[in-house]
Amino acid sequence: MNLVAFQTIVVKEITRWTRIWSQTLLPPAITMTLYFVIFGNLIGSRVGQMDGFGYMEYIVPGLIMMSVITNSYGNVVSSFFSSKYQRSIEEMMVSPVSNWVILAGYVGGGVLRGLFTGLIVTIVASFFVDLQIHNFWVVISVVLLTSILFAIGGLINAVFAKKFDDVAIVPTFILTPLTYLGGVFYSISLLPDFWQGVSKLNPIIYMVNAFRYGFLGKSDIQIGIAFAIILVFIALLTSFAMYLLNRGIGLRA
Amino acid sequence: MTKALSIKDLCKTYDNGTQALKGINLEVEQGDFFALLGPNGAGKSTAIGIISALVNKSAGKVEVFGHDIDTDLTNAKKQLGLVPQEFNFNMFEGVEQIIVQQAGYYGISRKEAKKRAQPILEQLGLWDKRDAQSRELSGGMKRRLMIARGLIHEPKLLILDEPTAGVDIELRRSMWDFMQELNREKKTTIVLTTHYLEEAESLCRNIAIINHGEIAENTSMKELLSKLDLETFVLDTTGLPAQMPPLNGYDVRVRDDTTIEVDVNKGAGVNGVFEELSKHNITVLSMRNKANRLEELFVRLVENPHGGPKS
Repeated sequence: MNLVAFQTIVVKEITRWTRIWSQTLLPPAITMTLYFVIFGNLIGSRVGQMDGFGYMEYIVPGLIMMSVITNSYGNVVSSFFSSKYQRSIEEMMVSPVSNWVILAGYVGGGVLRGLFTGLIVTIVASFFVDLQIHNFWVVISVVLLTSILFAIGGLINAVFAKKFDDVAIVPTFILTPLTYLGGVFYSISLLPDFWQGVSKLNPIIYMVNAFRYGFLGKSDIQIGIAFAIILVFIALLTSFAMYLLNRGIGLRA
Repeated sequence: MTKALSIKDLCKTYDNGTQALKGINLEVEQGDFFALLGPNGAGKSTAIGIISALVNKSAGKVEVFGHDIDTDLTNAKKQLGLVPQEFNFNMFEGVEQIIVQQAGYYGISRKEAKKRAQPILEQLGLWDKRDAQSRELSGGMKRRLMIARGLIHEPKLLILDEPTAGVDIELRRSMWDFMQELNREKKTTIVLTTHYLEEAESLCRNIAIINHGEIAENTSMKELLSKLDLETFVLDTTGLPAQMPPLNGYDVRVRDDTTIEVDVNKGAGVNGVFEELSKHNITVLSMRNKANRLEELFVRLVENPHGGPKS
């Protein structure tokens, strides 16, 4: 593996998202502060307990996860699409960088932005709630695997995108609804059986719950299943992304 | 000796059915300065795209310094530097950043890349702009940035797709010097496409002309120019008679009250033109070639692809 090339792409990506910090790092900090103030403090105080925890405490892991998912995905989809649009992707295509390294580099950049944003949101959250960590390794591994998964998803989206509008379609119409319905704000045990079953078809449920388990030690689903599902999705999306890059779909005429 | 570039029966049909290349064959020797000419849409950029892995070929074989792009693409790519026709760098990245990144893709460390970048940027007059965002550069600087980027990994074969398009005369001349020096001193093989035929004539030793996806001509520049059977001269005179008399042995066309164009066959010399004109008391003030010699051949080859130049 061409480590220098991998490092080059990752550094390029970090340079990009730190250069435009007001578009990448500031918005999640503001949005999440609003969530904590409104849902956590104002509304949350009337909601009472959720699964035996204060409402604010209950939603914090989900909100962190939501920003990690959005930012990992968003970074790769916009950066890769912008490289395609400006044709600067050709810099990599003419060079001997393998498609594995291109995928790993972009995913690395997206994961780092996702994790950095997650850290910002965690710091913001710590002003509102006394954060406890039940299992540190579950927290770290779930957040890392989830951000890898969505970063790969972002790259696949960018490969297919032909115009800037296409970059927003998946986040707006698929990712946001799945995240909001992914148990960020409620426990699926509140739902009737039928809707609990439907909810379990949503992969984000597993990530949010596994992550929440890492903080609170409480989950609607089994942690082992959550890990298995995330890993299977990563394997599937990685294979698909590599297939697209190797065939040059959306890149080579 | 291994060819710098070897292309065999290369075909490309795009998804929309356009047949851009219809089985071209081409060989470029190591150390050559090679011109690839052709009108817009002839297939030049498609061929370059295939060589540099930006376009999938439909059939055929391409080798760069003996490395087949189908079986040994990584090594083929390492030999090759590309300066494309259109700007294809990130407009928000800095000049030096773009070059150091490019080196990184070839596995060259950041430290080494910065060391290599300085003389290249200095030579191309971009050193002072190394921290500027690339979108702030002038058109000529952007072109030079792409040349610097194409050279950072010290390729043995450099392909330049219309590098001097839209560049002013002074800068064009300095880019010619730069390319010639690169070819002479570093022995870099250069393949150049251009619309400026004067450029091809003064820089390149060998030439191929592509038209409608086929090679219309592939020979040395000297050989090609020797095929030129007539040249057209433009003569400014003090004045022409109301009815221009025919000049014995020459085709004449009147352009305006004082200017004529005369076709002179190869080897016939121009003395006869003056003798004929003197007979009719026409005084010549000045004389020049109507067009670049290569341009005449080019136009003829492109307009009459199967006839070729008359010898």
